[in-house]
This record gives sequence, C-alpha cells and structure tokens, in this order.
Amino acid sequence: MVCDICHKNEASVHLTEIVDNQITELHLCEECARQKGAQMEQHFGLADLLAGLADLGQQFEVGGKSEIKCPACGLTYEDFRRIGRLGCSECYEAFKDSLSVLLKRIHGSTQHLGRSPAKAKTETPVEKKSEVSILRMRLQRAIEMEEFEEAARLRDKIRALEAKEKKEKENRRVR
Amino acid sequence: MKLNDLINQNCEWLKGTGPNSNVVISSRIRLARNLSRISFSHWANKKQKEEVLKKAKEAFGSSNYTKGALFLQLADLNNLDKQFLIERHLISREHAMRSNHKAVLVGDREILSIMVNEEDHLRMQVMQSGFNLGEAWQITKRLDEDFEKSLQFAYSQTWGYLTACPTNTGTGLRASVMLHLPALVMARQINKVLQAITKLNLTARGFYGEGTEASGNFFQISNQVTLGHSEEDILDNIERVIKQVIGHEQNARRALFEQDRARIEDRIWRSFATLKNAHIITSKEAIDLFSKVRLGVDMGILKEGLDIQTINRIFILMQPAHLQKIEHKTLSAQERDMKRAELIRKELGGN
Repeated sequence: MVCDICHKNEASVHLTEIVDNQITELHLCEECARQKGAQMEQHFGLADLLAGLADLGQQFEVGGKSEIKCPACGLTYEDFRRIGRLGCSECYEAFKDSLSVLLKRIHGSTQHLGRSPAKAKTETPVEKKSEVSILRMRLQRAIEMEEFEEAARLRDKIRALEAKEKKEKENRRVR
Repeated sequence: MKLNDLINQNCEWLKGTGPNSNVVISSRIRLARNLSRISFSHWANKKQKEEVLKKAKEAFGSSNYTKGALFLQLADLNNLDKQFLIERHLISREHAMRSNHKAVLVGDREILSIMVNEEDHLRMQVMQSGFNLGEAWQITKRLDEDFEKSLQFAYSQTWGYLTACPTNTGTGLRASVMLHLPALVMARQINKVLQAITKLNLTARGFYGEGTEASGNFFQISNQVTLGHSEEDILDNIERVIKQVIGHEQNARRALFEQDRARIEDRIWRSFATLKNAHIITSKEAIDLFSKVRLGVDMGILKEGLDIQTINRIFILMQPAHLQKIEHKTLSAQERDMKRAELIRKELGGN
C-alpha cells in the first residue's frame, strides 16, 4: 500500500480520524506520519489552536514581528502566540497589523458594529458607511452560500440604511 | 444570603417555564469586559489584580442591580464549594483553578453572576428559563450601562470591547441556549443539525459549556463571532437558527411517536421505573434516563405527580458536590452513586 500523502513510499502507519463523526482512514509512510502528527499536536486545544492561527498570520508579515513588545505590559507577540491571550488593551495597538489579520480570520471582520460605552460615543459617519459596506459583504456571502432568506433580509436592511442616509443628506442640503 | 443557602433555592433558569421550554431549558448571555490600562487578569501582577477586585467591588456596591448580592472571594472557599458553584453554572472550571484575587457575585435567584479576574476582568452572565435570550440581553444591557458609570472599560472605535482572547473581541458577547434534543438524537439526525449549525457561525457544546462533551441529549449552542455584528444581529442570528432547531426537534418527536409509539413509550416508562427503583446510579446513567423521562413529561405521557421543575431540581441536586453538601461530608464515587439513587427515589416518590 502506498502512502496517501506523498504517493511514493510504502505506508506503514494507519490512522483513523474522526471529524464531525465522519470517519476517514489514512495510510501513511513514516515520514508523512511524523509531519501529520506534528500538525495535529499544533491544533490541539484552544490556546494552541489560536497560536496556530496567529502563526498563519505570519505569512502576511515582514520578518521580526515576534520580537514586538507591548510597551504597556511587556507581552511580546511570541508570548501571545504561545498562550493565545493578549496581555492588556494596549496590546491591540502594539500588534495591530498581525491582529487585524487574525481577527479577520476569526470573525470575518475587523470593524466593531455593536455597543459602545456612553463616554466613547461620538458622531462617526465613517462607521455608518462601513456598516453598509459590511452588510454588502455579508449579502455577497449569503448569496454564495445560497442562504436566500438571509440574503433578502440583508438586502432590505441595506436599502433601509441607504434610504436613511440619503434622507439625512437631503435634510442637510435643505438647511 | 450565604453560599450554603443556595442549595435550598430554586434558581431562575431551572424553573422549567418560559418560551419553548419543552425543548429549550435555558438561555444565557455572557459579556466580557476589561478595565482600561490594567493588564488582563492572566497577565496582571498581584497589585493589578487587587486593583481590579477593589474597583469591581466598589462598582457592585454602587449599582442597584448588584447592591447587597452574595459576593464570594474564591480564595476563601474550599474545593467542594468551588465545585458546587461550577455545578450551578455560577463559575467556570477555569475560574475555580488558582483562586487568588478571584471572586464571584451571585445575584437574586441566580439570574445574574459576575466572575471577577477570570480570563477577563469581568465576566457578567445572565440566565433565563426557556428560550428567552431577549430578556436576558435586556438585563445584561442595563447592567453594562450601570457599570459603565463607575468603570472605564477597555474599548476601541475599531475593535470594540477589548478582551484577553481575540475570539471575544468586539461585543464580548456570547449568547448560549441549552437545548434538549432527544428525538433528533434517536432519529440519528443530530449530526446533520450540528454540522449545519457550525456552518452558520454557531457552535455546539455539552452541558457545562466550553470543553465539555454533550451528554444525555443536552446541547449548548452559542455564537462564535463577536466582531463585525451588532449585539442585536448576533442575537437575531442565533434566535433564527434555534427556532429552526426547535422545529426540527418537534417534527422528529411527532414522527417518532407516529412510527414507533409503543417502543418510545416503553423506553420512557422503563427509564422512569429505573430511576424510581435504582439503589446505585452514576451521573451519566441518571442524565440519560432523565432525558427520556423529560421527553415523557413534555409529550404528556408521564403526567401524575411529575413536572419539569422537579426534574430540574433533581438534575442540580444529584451532582457530586451537591450530594456531598447535602450529606455534610466527603463521599467516595461509590457512596455518591448510592446517595444519588436514594435522592432520586425520594424525590420521585419511588420505592
């Protein structure tokens, strides 16, 4: 039997994987099995899983990022990769670029649209615009996933939001 | 109110009432908040953790929602007490480990609990009975608004509320619904449902939340995404999905009873009989049997002298730490299985 991964060497390790109750059997040669084992270890547990995600973000970075240190709490990006948790709120600023990639990967977005503390509330037309553009992205995704009920709902929401913005603009012009 | 008084109290989320309570046991909203300019709890030094604890305590004292509530420092509690709080879903397993500078506030009828210095400085949780995320969210929102007056939360215009783990960034909101889905399990449809849920940015877990397996047909479904959607959108999404799951479960129940009524009734009555007569019973067996009995009550098969509230009460009391609290002593696993059986027999009016 030939290895399922490299299709070259003789398979000597036989692996049964259960993902979402789907059983897959893998027949691997020793070399590929070792690599597969390392991969699985990396993805075990949440901290490690996140660390794995943070690692993937690396390909978008120019080297030397892991030495970046949060000036407020001293946590390095390397620490974050290891423990999967940030050190303080300032870390978000210190690791901004890498975190952007990571947050996008986790949530599919990098712009908060929810509540804000009363003290932080300001008029920000930029956010409103981005709300429409994010809704458009979600609409696109819903259509791709053939979730038409959701798509219709999003379409209506976008229309309502745009109509509201248009009205506000007109009102401003009238004045 | 003291910790030991909780045992005699029927908590709100196990009332067995509320919308769709034949399928949905409880709804929960959790909000993660951190104080700005102080390291997150896992990275903070002793002084910073003390500061968080002090500020939280002051905020609790000045809010009408938390004034006079039960406030417990984890360092003052023994392992049994901590396990007891985990079993009542008032603290997480993580919170029970390494207790220094950690605390929990428990509100009236256990609707509200707030963990201090868990992964985030504050983890507020509001529970409701049945399918009632809307009400749970309204309570949580009022609480958040109130704390905002005295606490400065870490927040960014771009990324929202800043949390220790990037999986909570943004709203910091986790909405969970505890479902009982015996018919979907029996009809072997559950995996299909759970797979569909994962595709819709939701996640399914066991009875005790993160990192636990589903047992006895009980599933906890919650949102995964916290950034890029408003709180209302997140709730709307999970509510729509849960409504469909409820519909599927109800259809599966109907179909099972049409196709195989005698066999299902037999299983329900046998489960009831075992619970009423067993002298040694493990948690797992009891949970499985209670799942059948609960289905029996929901479908109107078991009527006499049995209601969901009684089942819920036993569900809580039969857990290891609760049994030991009732007996006022440490019990071995074997002794617990005997005490559990005794408690169930007594509550169900068995032999």
